[in-house]
Amino acid sequence: MSSVERSEARAPLFADLPPVIMLCLFWLATIVVVAVFADLFAPAHYTTQDLLARFRPPVFLGGDWDHVLGTDHLGRDILSRIIYALRTSILIAVLGTLIGAIGGTLAGLAAGRLRGPVDLSVMMLTDVQTALPSLFIALTFLAFFGNNIFLFIILVSLEGWERYARLARGQVISEQSADYIKAVEALGAGPGRVVFRHLLPNIAASLVVQATLNFPGTILLETSLSFLGLGIQPPGTSLGLMLGEGRGYLLNAWWIAVLPGIVIFLTTLAMSLFGDWLRDRLDPTVERD
Amino acid sequence: MTMATLKAIGFRALRSVVTLLLCVTLVFVVLRTAGDPVDQLLPAETPPSVLEEYRIAWGLDRPLYVQYWSFVSRAMTGDFGKSFASNLPVLDVVLETMPRTLLLGFSALLLASLIGLSLGILGAVRRGTGIDRVAMGVAVLGYSMPIFFLGIVLILLFALQLRLLPSSGASSLLHLILPTVTLALPLAGRIARFARTATLEVMGRQFIRTAHAKGAGRLRVLLQHALPNAMVPLLMFYGIEIGLILSGAVVVETIFAWPGLGRLLVSSVSMRDLPLVQGVILTITLVIVLSNLFVDILHALLDPKVSLARTLGGAG
Repeated sequence: MSSVERSEARAPLFADLPPVIMLCLFWLATIVVVAVFADLFAPAHYTTQDLLARFRPPVFLGGDWDHVLGTDHLGRDILSRIIYALRTSILIAVLGTLIGAIGGTLAGLAAGRLRGPVDLSVMMLTDVQTALPSLFIALTFLAFFGNNIFLFIILVSLEGWERYARLARGQVISEQSADYIKAVEALGAGPGRVVFRHLLPNIAASLVVQATLNFPGTILLETSLSFLGLGIQPPGTSLGLMLGEGRGYLLNAWWIAVLPGIVIFLTTLAMSLFGDWLRDRLDPTVERD
Repeated sequence: MTMATLKAIGFRALRSVVTLLLCVTLVFVVLRTAGDPVDQLLPAETPPSVLEEYRIAWGLDRPLYVQYWSFVSRAMTGDFGKSFASNLPVLDVVLETMPRTLLLGFSALLLASLIGLSLGILGAVRRGTGIDRVAMGVAVLGYSMPIFFLGIVLILLFALQLRLLPSSGASSLLHLILPTVTLALPLAGRIARFARTATLEVMGRQFIRTAHAKGAGRLRVLLQHALPNAMVPLLMFYGIEIGLILSGAVVVETIFAWPGLGRLLVSSVSMRDLPLVQGVILTITLVIVLSNLFVDILHALLDPKVSLARTLGGAG
């Protein structure tokens, strides 16, 4: 470990935010509000077509204010589609992150507490996850089972579950023999109470940091699959699907693909920067990749 | 080579075999829970009598464990059946497309290492200066960039606006440039970041201070003492990255119509060409497991003590 001073970690978490992090948080808060209240913000419904107004450019390229960000190949308002796509993508990424974090943590806690065959199975599964990245696991399942939204969310949640598992397992194993745990056990606390009341809170900060760092990966997995045409299916919409649809019109209407791309990029960027900052603040030991 | 090193390598090899076997098992489980493999693996218009024939030929009337064993042994010999689309043996199709993915992957890895290591080491050497901040700023932009978006932006700029480079196909080496750059830039960002941390970590150690104290120049300390020691963690990092490069290749090959394994996988998933999906997935698994094993063996040779502790500790 480096000999960096850690005394600053005592300061209140959000005291003196760097301007960049403030910008990141502002962007993240904006997209969450827009996604939640999509119906209020979107000028039109995302499936409303206007075939007489196809390929309209955005305002900054000489378009009119009826379609601020222009229209796509079916004359659908791009701003409205981005807003609804944002809702889908954020919802799936948040659910995926939560399911992955909870599932991975529980698996790790069980492995560390029970050891033996449970531990061995969990560790073998993390090996499989390393040998077969989530994108490939997702593609296999989508090929055999076809696409449905529940399966899709579960598949997206696989991104990074093994990191929570390793974190939780390591914590349980290293703390299990600590004096305070022995004391709590001597006072009659059962294994469940020890794990959830005493061991889990110790790694709560690390888990939060891990979830923040994992979030961009989860968004990228969803948008990549949707981009490839194997995730969210029309008439539903996702930021990745919009890029995939706009790919065919790059020559005459590049904004159809580029605008949602910018939104994804800014979101993963903001989350990465925020995650790094949070890690430096809370827990420098969490692994990144 | 010491006994401990051999033991570490042996343990790693065994673990790789178990992992491979587990992946094959996973595919088998998915195949069987998805339904009757005959329905899954033969085209929908196959007549019932032929289906029945295949059911017996593939031994689906036998107990599950016998079926599992025959699935594993067929997978081991590379027999994944025939593709629905082309009716060619899956193994032939996979072997034909694989070199193109390896070419793309290696050239991206090379380019990414060149950019990433330079940025990372520069950042570490000039720690805390404007150069460091710019290098790390570029790195974070790189690894936050969605590959499919980067690909589209590069096509817009270099193929459609400037008309400098071809945007699809694989008929010449020029066709390799855009896919390579697209795959390499996000990777370069991750490498830069990791290389900076690894270099800083080594430079903070006692022996570097000793080398400085003995009067060795900065460049000499960096090249002869710091970097060789930073190579070990970097090597482990590369092992993890192989899977991510192949994931990226799936997207890049689709965007640039690069006829490799990734594009084959996407098209076979959307056409539900299941024998082909199985073949590609297991081939990719094999590539990842073997490259990880290779990295582990190198690691064990370079740094026997740490490697054995890590291996027996079971941290992966």
